Amino acid sequence: MISSKKGPKFRWHILVFLAPAVLVYTAIMIMPLFNTLRLALYSEVDNATVFVGLANFRTLFGEAHWADAFWNALGNNFWFFFVHMIVQNPIGILLAAILSHPRLRFASLYRSAIFVPTILSFVIVGFAWKLILSPIWGIAPSMLDMVGLKSLMAPWLGKEEYALTTLALISVWQFVGIPMMLIYAALLSIPEEVLEAGEIDGITGAAAFWKIKLPLILPSIGIISILTFVGNFNAFDLIYAAQGALAGPNFSTDILGTFMYRTFFGFQLQLGDPHMGSAIATGMFAIILLGVCIYLFAIQSRMRRYQF
Amino acid sequence: MKQTTLGMALLASTVLAGMATAETTISIESWRNDDLVLWQDKIIPAFEAANPGIKVKFTPSAPAEYNAVLNSKLDAGSAGDLITCRPFDASLALYEGGKLADLSDLPAMGSFSAVAKSAWQTDDAKATFCVPMASVIHGFIYNKDAFAALNLTVPETEDEFFAVLDAIKADGTYIPMAMGTNDQWEAATMGYNNIGPNYWKGEEGRLALIAGTQKLTDEDWIAPYRTLAKWGQYLGDGFEAQTYPDSQNLFTLGRAAIYPAGSWEISGFNSLVDFEMGAFKPPVKAKGDKCFISDHTDIAIGLNAASPNAEAARTFLNWVGTSEFASLYANALPGFFSLSNHDVKMEDPLAQEFVSWRGECESTIRSTYQILSRGTPNLENETWGASVAAIKGTETPEAAGARLQAGLASWYAPQQ
Repeated sequence: MISSKKGPKFRWHILVFLAPAVLVYTAIMIMPLFNTLRLALYSEVDNATVFVGLANFRTLFGEAHWADAFWNALGNNFWFFFVHMIVQNPIGILLAAILSHPRLRFASLYRSAIFVPTILSFVIVGFAWKLILSPIWGIAPSMLDMVGLKSLMAPWLGKEEYALTTLALISVWQFVGIPMMLIYAALLSIPEEVLEAGEIDGITGAAAFWKIKLPLILPSIGIISILTFVGNFNAFDLIYAAQGALAGPNFSTDILGTFMYRTFFGFQLQLGDPHMGSAIATGMFAIILLGVCIYLFAIQSRMRRYQF
Repeated sequence: MKQTTLGMALLASTVLAGMATAETTISIESWRNDDLVLWQDKIIPAFEAANPGIKVKFTPSAPAEYNAVLNSKLDAGSAGDLITCRPFDASLALYEGGKLADLSDLPAMGSFSAVAKSAWQTDDAKATFCVPMASVIHGFIYNKDAFAALNLTVPETEDEFFAVLDAIKADGTYIPMAMGTNDQWEAATMGYNNIGPNYWKGEEGRLALIAGTQKLTDEDWIAPYRTLAKWGQYLGDGFEAQTYPDSQNLFTLGRAAIYPAGSWEISGFNSLVDFEMGAFKPPVKAKGDKCFISDHTDIAIGLNAASPNAEAARTFLNWVGTSEFASLYANALPGFFSLSNHDVKMEDPLAQEFVSWRGECESTIRSTYQILSRGTPNLENETWGASVAAIKGTETPEAAGARLQAGLASWYAPQQ
């Protein structure tokens, strides 16, 4: 009787256990994020910081050279994302399908080999590929020569029309291990009985993949797509390591990350402008937020899940 | 009582000790971490020998991080007493923010010409805040062995220059010229601002552009792009993806005959090449034309306004203006030329060649550095892109000029 009067006891240990994560996350993620949003509303006039409302955004979208640079970076970002979606993810799924084949030998060796580039630093990847593709010292020209395709060799990283696609493919090479691992795990979790039941109904081989496995791994593909989207729209390191902050040639590899960096920290004779930089960062945040929302509400909620 | 005596004794001893070592230590902030040994072994000992009682510490940081590191140190009040100054706006911003002291009244300032000081002055030239240390000169370094093997002479006019390039190209042993467009800045710094002063007549054109009486669409400012457009065919295969270190290696390995250069390359190249190097100045239009060279003010040293050791620091700054410092610095770092009026003797033949042009030609600085790169779009960065586009042939010189002019006019009142 006495204990029921007290009502449910407040469970302090929940707070205690949550506190470290909440505090750390607030200090290093949430605070900086809102501070960046706040910074975008200020500007520096005569060595004093003043509140200017949305003026920075008016400059960003209203003045031709700012707006052109922004839309150019956004367009490049979409192309970067598109290349990942049509190259990285299908190849990742294909590799996972091959790896999960029960009769494949040395599967774990391949799995590690394909995953290793993912843990390499961007600087190493950017520098290594720059050397490989270098028309002067690189091994790409001589390798193409060996198979009689020397005529296909071009200074890919130096031509406006190829540079961004080349960098996107380098990034695909680096990160193809992530979709592969996620899909591989999803494929392994499909119960044998489901496949056997299909087999009894006459669904084998490729048909089993398309009709049984693929629908079952669709949620994983959705997760991979959203990870790719967030990763690509936050990308910066590879472009910076390979092409520098000016994202040459002629801004053809400029994405939102490099555009933001150049504006925020300045470059060469251009002094940094934290307020315009924050305005661009806010734009990036809005775009990523929008993309994630579309995914969550339009796609994820309609996806069918199967329970075994 | 006994304790007090002991305390007094201790106190007295510290005071005495402090007086015995009445020595001030001043420290120098710099981005030249390559020069650490030079400062420690040559410059600082020479200064300390002449000025007992002042100790100097040289504490450089990485070049790419210098501006950011310095700014945060100055804000936090932990920066050194002496600050190595970048030219123009980066230092001007520090002066206007009250971080650098006004040095206009420093006796050493008398040893420097107005052009030498222009990079570290307010726009009206009323206040000077850094003592100029060195400049770099643009020109072309060439492989003497290659020229001898192909029977070539050093070109003086533009026609001769392209004739030489044609001859090297026809022979095929060497890449005529080592430059790439991947990193972009070489095209503007070693291309456009190297050959350009001959077209816009050095200071005359540069100051007219700042005053707004000339425009980037004028023939004098477009013509260098037209010349750069002819360079593309003489650069190595795949120059579009060739980086700055690639170009340096191509030349020092003896695979390229000519290297569009800045004099800062001299010390690096000296230790790498096994052939003899020569240098020639940017070619003029017709024989006998007056020549102009880019003699760019690059490095200076100023006083932290919050320094507690201002007296000692000023002593050092005055010493930087002496001929002793000028000759120490110029000889230890061939290619960085003293900006002072002292007659400095240099040992390095290549450095002598570069500096001899000062006597024959008129000096100017890079056209985009003073005032014109203060707004957005940034004229210097835009010039990189335009020079690259000219060399690759992706944009006509006229279109490049019009684009740059529109960008400059969008924020710079005298050009509107």
